[in-house]
Amino acid sequence: MRRTLLESLTLGPLTESAPGPQDGALAELAAAVQRSARRRLGRSLAIRQVDAGSCNGCELEIHALNNAFYDLERFGFRFVASPRHADVLLVTGPVTKNMREALERTYRATPDPKWVVAVGDCAFDGGIFAGSYAVVGGVSNVIPVDLHIGGCPPSPNQLLQGLLALLDGANGQNGAA
Amino acid sequence: MPALSSIVAQGEPVEAHRPWPRVVISADAWTAAAHELANGRATLLGLWGQWGASRAVHMALIGEDTSKIAVVSLACPQSEFPSVGALHAPAIRLERALHSLYGLRPIGIPDSRPWLDLGFWDVRFPLGARATASPQPYAFLPVEGENLHQIPVGPVHAGIIEPGHFRFTASGETVARLEERLGYVHKGIESLMAGATLERAVRLAGRTSGDSTVAYGIAFARAVESALNVETPPRAHYLRALMAELERLANHFGDIGAICNDASFALMHAHCGILCELTLRAAQTCFGHRLMMDRVVPGGVTVDLSPQGVTHLTSLLREFHHKFPRLVELYDNTASLQDRTALTGVVEAALAQRFGAPGFVGRASGRDFDARKTPGYAPYDELDFAVPVLTAGDVNARVWLRIREVEQSFRLIEQILDRLPRGPIIVALDTDDAGEGLALVEGFRGDVLVSVQLDHGRVTRCHLRDPSWFQWPLLEAAIESNIVADFPLCNKSFNCSYSGHDL
Repeated sequence: MRRTLLESLTLGPLTESAPGPQDGALAELAAAVQRSARRRLGRSLAIRQVDAGSCNGCELEIHALNNAFYDLERFGFRFVASPRHADVLLVTGPVTKNMREALERTYRATPDPKWVVAVGDCAFDGGIFAGSYAVVGGVSNVIPVDLHIGGCPPSPNQLLQGLLALLDGANGQNGAA
Repeated sequence: MPALSSIVAQGEPVEAHRPWPRVVISADAWTAAAHELANGRATLLGLWGQWGASRAVHMALIGEDTSKIAVVSLACPQSEFPSVGALHAPAIRLERALHSLYGLRPIGIPDSRPWLDLGFWDVRFPLGARATASPQPYAFLPVEGENLHQIPVGPVHAGIIEPGHFRFTASGETVARLEERLGYVHKGIESLMAGATLERAVRLAGRTSGDSTVAYGIAFARAVESALNVETPPRAHYLRALMAELERLANHFGDIGAICNDASFALMHAHCGILCELTLRAAQTCFGHRLMMDRVVPGGVTVDLSPQGVTHLTSLLREFHHKFPRLVELYDNTASLQDRTALTGVVEAALAQRFGAPGFVGRASGRDFDARKTPGYAPYDELDFAVPVLTAGDVNARVWLRIREVEQSFRLIEQILDRLPRGPIIVALDTDDAGEGLALVEGFRGDVLVSVQLDHGRVTRCHLRDPSWFQWPLLEAAIESNIVADFPLCNKSFNCSYSGHDL
């Protein structure tokens, strides 16, 4: 173990630079953050992830955000275990009818100010599962959504772009506040 | 009691069902088949329903000695059938789901509570009888005793993970019983499959369980190719296997790290995460998608491997050969970690055998079964690899099983790169044909079963059976008498699919 730890110090980090902003995401965010509280949250956001019916592909890429290459925590983001500790809900899935109530209750348990980020094509409008008897069709049909990050699944870089835009928006740094 | 082979021989064969026979049998023969399962002379591969003018139930089985696969079908004109679960516990949840989705009644089933239907749909029996919804409260199994308390967990779980409900009954820190309630991510995939074009259907199949998109794609493609009696080009078989082994590596690397992380050993998690990321990036470089979604289609694959891709993968393997053994050594030499994983969450060999536990769950408990060997499929029949089997059945064994499978995947990838045949990567399909096909493909969790019926380029019906159907129940057995704090460790060592299971 000591050798592994020492090598990590001498070989240098694998962490890559942050991706640049995505214009579409900023525009959507500017509109959304208008309705939220103006006070600053500092440079950190606590995220509660909710799988509302995804195929698990989006979850794999969200997991990748925490690896050494993307290192989400260096931007001040951290994942929390309870919605009561969260600033942001990161929601995946077409929203199955079976998860609708759980998603609503998680949303209500998250204190204000909060933002909702819907991740993946399914979370936008049900995606490939739209029209099924078992699916509501898009997170915005259940709770208000501030930002959509599309993709099937979105890559960690695309997720980072969206989350960084959210962070700037929450701190009034992209003209939203 | 008649043997499976004579049950099949006496049934009425269905034409154009490939590559294994499907026979229509009587209710008595259906019960005899259930007895074969109960006596351990056959293993249940799947159990599903069909609605319409000819409503029926179908059961896929594999003979224990013969390793021959067959599907037996029983017509259900009265919308009921003799319960297999009455004799053979592994069939219970499949029958409960069958009833909840179709309304076909398993007579004599010991547990008649709904499964997958949580009372939130606008309709009951959505794939069949379609009745008005009338949700009832769910009766969790009772536990009696002194000083017992209940811990309900989920559906929303603390980490970045799929949703499901776990109802623990604990005495102090010790788990007296765990009862699962799943279905939260049921998307109605089989209803979306009905009438779908092949293009849409294979995309749906690949999104049944996103972490196994290649395995599901291959299973669906093979079932269609069998149904249409199509020969896939050899280069396509090899490329499919390459993608499948990359998928296996990415998941195994991730799991090994995540299991250690659930015992708070973050160093392994960080380093395994690097290997996982390198695998996903290689998939992006070589095949254009980190998870390789939509790369396998009926007829072949949609993207070829360039010489640069071969070079990239060759140097990736070199890097893995350098880095992975050091991580294995780290796992093996960390006593505090071994203390958590050894003897925790034991799955008894007899239970693994009875449930036909697929994948590393079965193989870590002595069940020597891997679909790449039995029934086997191209190109694995031409490749040299071993199927590791361990007997301890604990979390530690399931970690070591993954380690050994990673080593075998390295061997397989090397051989595939070395022997990759030239030629086309895809063949056109004659979509005017009709037919039925069955496929069994080894995903990283275990064998995926796909049954498909086609007519004029569209799917009439498709059943997808995730390996987790025969692993989830074993988790309930494995956690008994362990401490609650060891549940994340046990759960992660299984890493069952919620989405694949829920459909």
